[in-house]
Amino acid sequence: MCNTCGCNLSDGNRHLLSPPLNRGASGSTPEKILNGLLEHNDRQARINRARLDAQGVLTINLMSSPGSGKTSLLEATIRVLEGRLRIGVIEGDLETENDADRIRALGVPAHQITTGTACHLDAHLIHGALDQLDLAQLDILFIENVGNLVCPASFDLGHHRNVILLSVTEGDDKPAKYPVMFRAADLMLISKTDLLPYLPEFSPDRAERCLRHLASMVPTLHLSARSGAGVADWIEWLAAERDGYCELLNRHQTLTPRVESEGRKLHAPSPRITFRPLASTS
Amino acid sequence: MHELSLCQNLIDQLTDLTNTHHAVAVARVEVQVGVLSGVEAQLLQSAFTLARAGTVADAAELITEVTTPRVSCRWCGAESDTPPNNLCCLACDSFDTQLIRGHELILARVELVKNEPLTL
Ligand SMILES: Nc1nc2c(ncn2[C@@H]2O[C@H](COP(=O)(O)OP(=O)(O)O)[C@@H](O)[C@H]2O)c(=O)[nH]1
Ligand SMILES: [Mg+2]
Ligand SMILES: [Zn+2]
Repeated sequence: MCNTCGCNLSDGNRHLLSPPLNRGASGSTPEKILNGLLEHNDRQARINRARLDAQGVLTINLMSSPGSGKTSLLEATIRVLEGRLRIGVIEGDLETENDADRIRALGVPAHQITTGTACHLDAHLIHGALDQLDLAQLDILFIENVGNLVCPASFDLGHHRNVILLSVTEGDDKPAKYPVMFRAADLMLISKTDLLPYLPEFSPDRAERCLRHLASMVPTLHLSARSGAGVADWIEWLAAERDGYCELLNRHQTLTPRVESEGRKLHAPSPRITFRPLASTS
Repeated sequence: MHELSLCQNLIDQLTDLTNTHHAVAVARVEVQVGVLSGVEAQLLQSAFTLARAGTVADAAELITEVTTPRVSCRWCGAESDTPPNNLCCLACDSFDTQLIRGHELILARVELVKNEPLTL
C-alpha cells in the first residue's frame, strides 16, 4: 500500500490484486513499484498541481463534446470577472490557434496546445503549457480540453476541478451514454439554455437524473453564454470554489477533482511477478 | 485512442521489471480493466500488439480481465453489482453509493522469462 500520497486501494478490489507475496516456490518477488497504468501521467499531474498550488492558481478543466460552448463560456466568464480575478487559459484542440486567439482578443493570456491527432490533453502537455504562462499573475486558470466525451476523462492534468458542459442540442441522456466522463464531473453545466424553447425533447431534469444515476451528488447549473442567463450562478460557484481552495492552501492542503480523490488511479500493490525458464518458451 | 499511449507506458513498466529481475523477456501480462476506467479492453489488446514490437514484450501475451461495477451504499450499507450507468444501491435505491470496483486500471501479474534454471 502506498502511504505517501494518501491514495487508497478500495476494499472491493484489494482481494483481486494482492495475493500474499513471498519469495519462494512460486518465484514471486515482492516489489515496490507503482503499477497503475497511468502512473507516468499521474506523477506529472502531481508535479503540475504542486506548481499551481505554489502560486495559488485554482485550475479548472472544462470538458464536453466539440461545440458545446466551452470557448463561448470562457469569453462570457472573462467579461464578467474582468478587474475581479486574473484569468489565464490553456486551449486544447487538434488544430488551429482560433480559440486562443478568441481569448487573447479579450486581453487574457492564453496558450494553445495543438494535439495533432491526440484526442485528449495529458499532464505532460500541461506541464509544457504552464511554462508559457506567468502563473504568479493568475488567480484562476481554465484548461479547455479537447472536445471529446471519452478520452479526456482518464487523464489527471494536475488541475483542481472538472466542469462538464452538456449543451441542450446534445440530448439529455448523454450522462447515461458516457458514464466515465460524467462521473468525473465536479459540476455539470447545462449550456445553451436559450435554445430550450426549440428543443422541447431536452429535459434538464432528465439530464440531472442520469447524472444522479452515476452516484454523483455534484451540483448542476443551467446557463446560456449567449443570453447571459445563469452566468451569475456559475460565477458564484467559481468564487466559492476559489474561496474553498484558498482556505485549503492556508492549511497546506490542496483540492483534487472528486474522481481523483476517490482513488480511481491507484497505487496498487505491486503486480505479482512469476518466472519461467527460457527453454519453455521456445 | 489513448490506449496506445497507455500501452507505451505499460511497456516502460515491463522493461523496468525485466531489468530489475535480470530477466530476458516478458511472457505474459495480466491487466485488470474496469468498465468505468475509460479504457476499452479490446482497444488495449490491439494497441499492445503495436506497442510491444521490438521490446522485451515482443512475444508477450496480454490477458485483460474486465471488471464490472460494484457499489457500496453509504445509506444502508448493502453492496450491489450494477450496470455502469446506474450506480444506485439495488437494495434501497440510494444515489449515495461508493464505487468499490469497476474503475481500476491495474497491472496485476507479469510472467518474466529467465535465461537460467529456476531455483525452487
Ligand atoms: N445559442 C447558443 N449558441 C451558443 C452558446 N454558446 C455557444 N454557442 C455557439 O455554439 C458554437 C460552438 O461554441 P464554442 O464556444 O466554440 O464551443 P466549444 O467547441 O465547446 O469551445 C458556436 O457557434 C457558438 O456561437 C449559447 O449559449 N447559446
Ligand atoms: Mg473551443
Ligand atoms: Zn442502500
